[in-house]
Amino acid sequence: MPPGELVSALQSDVAKDALVVTFETNLIALALILVLGTPTAYWAATRQSRFRDLVVTLIELPLVLPPAVAGIGLLAAFGRLGLLGGTLDTLGIDVAFNKVAVVLAVTFVASPFYVRTAVSAFEALDPTLPAAARTLGAGPGGVFFRVALPLAAGGLGAGAALAFARGLGEFGATIMFAGSLQGVTQTLSLAIYEQFDLDFDVALAISAVLVATSAATLLSVKLVTRWRSTSSSPIPSVASSPLSS
Amino acid sequence: MALDLELTHTLRSFVAAVELSVGDGATFALVGPSGAGKTTVLRTISGLLAPDAGRIAVAGETWLDTRRRIDLPPERRRVGYLFQEYALFPHLDVTGNVRFGATNGADVSALLERFRIAHLARARVDALSGGERQRVALARALARDPAVLLLDEPLAALDTHTRAAVRSELREVLAGLGIPTVLVTHDFEDAAALADEVGVIVEGRILQVDTPAGLVAAPASPFVASFTGATLLPGTAAPGRDGLTEVSLDAGLTAWSTDPGEGRVALGIYPWEVSIARETPADTAVNHVRAPIVSLVELGNRVRLRVGPLAAEVTAGSATRLGLREGEIVVASFKATAARLLPL
Repeated sequence: MPPGELVSALQSDVAKDALVVTFETNLIALALILVLGTPTAYWAATRQSRFRDLVVTLIELPLVLPPAVAGIGLLAAFGRLGLLGGTLDTLGIDVAFNKVAVVLAVTFVASPFYVRTAVSAFEALDPTLPAAARTLGAGPGGVFFRVALPLAAGGLGAGAALAFARGLGEFGATIMFAGSLQGVTQTLSLAIYEQFDLDFDVALAISAVLVATSAATLLSVKLVTRWRSTSSSPIPSVASSPLSS
Repeated sequence: MALDLELTHTLRSFVAAVELSVGDGATFALVGPSGAGKTTVLRTISGLLAPDAGRIAVAGETWLDTRRRIDLPPERRRVGYLFQEYALFPHLDVTGNVRFGATNGADVSALLERFRIAHLARARVDALSGGERQRVALARALARDPAVLLLDEPLAALDTHTRAAVRSELREVLAGLGIPTVLVTHDFEDAAALADEVGVIVEGRILQVDTPAGLVAAPASPFVASFTGATLLPGTAAPGRDGLTEVSLDAGLTAWSTDPGEGRVALGIYPWEVSIARETPADTAVNHVRAPIVSLVELGNRVRLRVGPLAAEVTAGSATRLGLREGEIVVASFKATAARLLPL
């Protein structure tokens, strides 16, 4: 298929809607993952709590769960008849089959990729540096923001990129929990699945976009890692496999 | 001001129990082998470690009192802590490091000038030499306007070449401070060069506290003698002629000492109190060992020899004049007043 046709296939409403839905939900999910995942990872890396292993296991669970199980789990937790469904309902938040559902599904599936990388980035810090910061007048919060965060930044960035790349392609949990409504919950991978039967060219064009975006994301991680390792603080080698550490 | 401390803390294989007080402007060195509990003392003073029990007061302010449940967090204790590898922040430049803990009144650029690192103000810390890193760490610690300065093996991270220079620099800095300083090192020579008082610590207990000269003049135990540089020769002591004590050394020789003693003892002799000659000299020394030179090492303007069981230190000039070489038979002599007897 020539590039010209590829571009025109992307002009279709289905493709444009899916592109918007995907980036909108993924950026919100990434923000959620960073805001919630970073303190969690720091806690897991620095505390010898009894609950540490339990918490880390819960965070890792989505890595090994089949997407269908993740979807069912999300429905059971946040669906109208789910555990938290009633509470959300009284708060006026309707979760299932809208963008909130997509954000939740992406967050659920992609967060372990960030948190695991972030834990090893924080664990790789020389423990005398936080100690030195304490003796220089920094409280626990100051140590986190002035020492741990900037020193782990490279590893955190790598983890964020991995999670983002994983979230972009999210399929199973989303289709079960959020459905596939064009312009509402239909992300790029859901659109590919639908267009596969209807208009193969559109499916192919969207696939090409996903391949390019994911490749660009992973490549940028490697470039940033290389640039930082030649110019500044050590970064744990994390990017390649979040399951190996 | 001044620092008063007592602490007990259970470590892996022993219980550390340390008591010490250091006056303003004074430097106290804790010297001992690695794993003796030296760093534990520093970490306790800084608040990085909570001991089983203890009390710390600095400048009249109580930082720790386990009985009264007082335990200030590290950031509320005014300490300047120089870590062993200096623990500089790699994501900050020299100025950023020095500024990190600076009090509002601190003049960072004046500190950079004082420690001769002003030209490195924007340099990345991993580009610095060992001596420069130490000056940055010291400036950073002092920018906090500490009430006590803690130095953990301040010279261990340096090569022998820069070590001597940094040691005399550090001595000048310490002399001008006016706050108590606690220094930890495994090297008695470093301690002797930097500290007013030295405490020898082994397995969490301070064996002896004295000035460096006092420790050498009257070591209280074989360990202190050997740690301060003496050669120890085990033997059996008994009262002998002229009011001296006669020691039959296990090595098969007989030696005399002015120290009283009876039964199993260690005879301690410092290398700089042993003289070397070709023939047995007719001088005031009563102890002579005739033996071949086992080894001969040049240390700058001095030469360190092993003659039989003895270590001797002579000037490089004397060694050249006598033409000393390994394997040659010489006479090593020391006076009875230099032979310290330490009960075993």
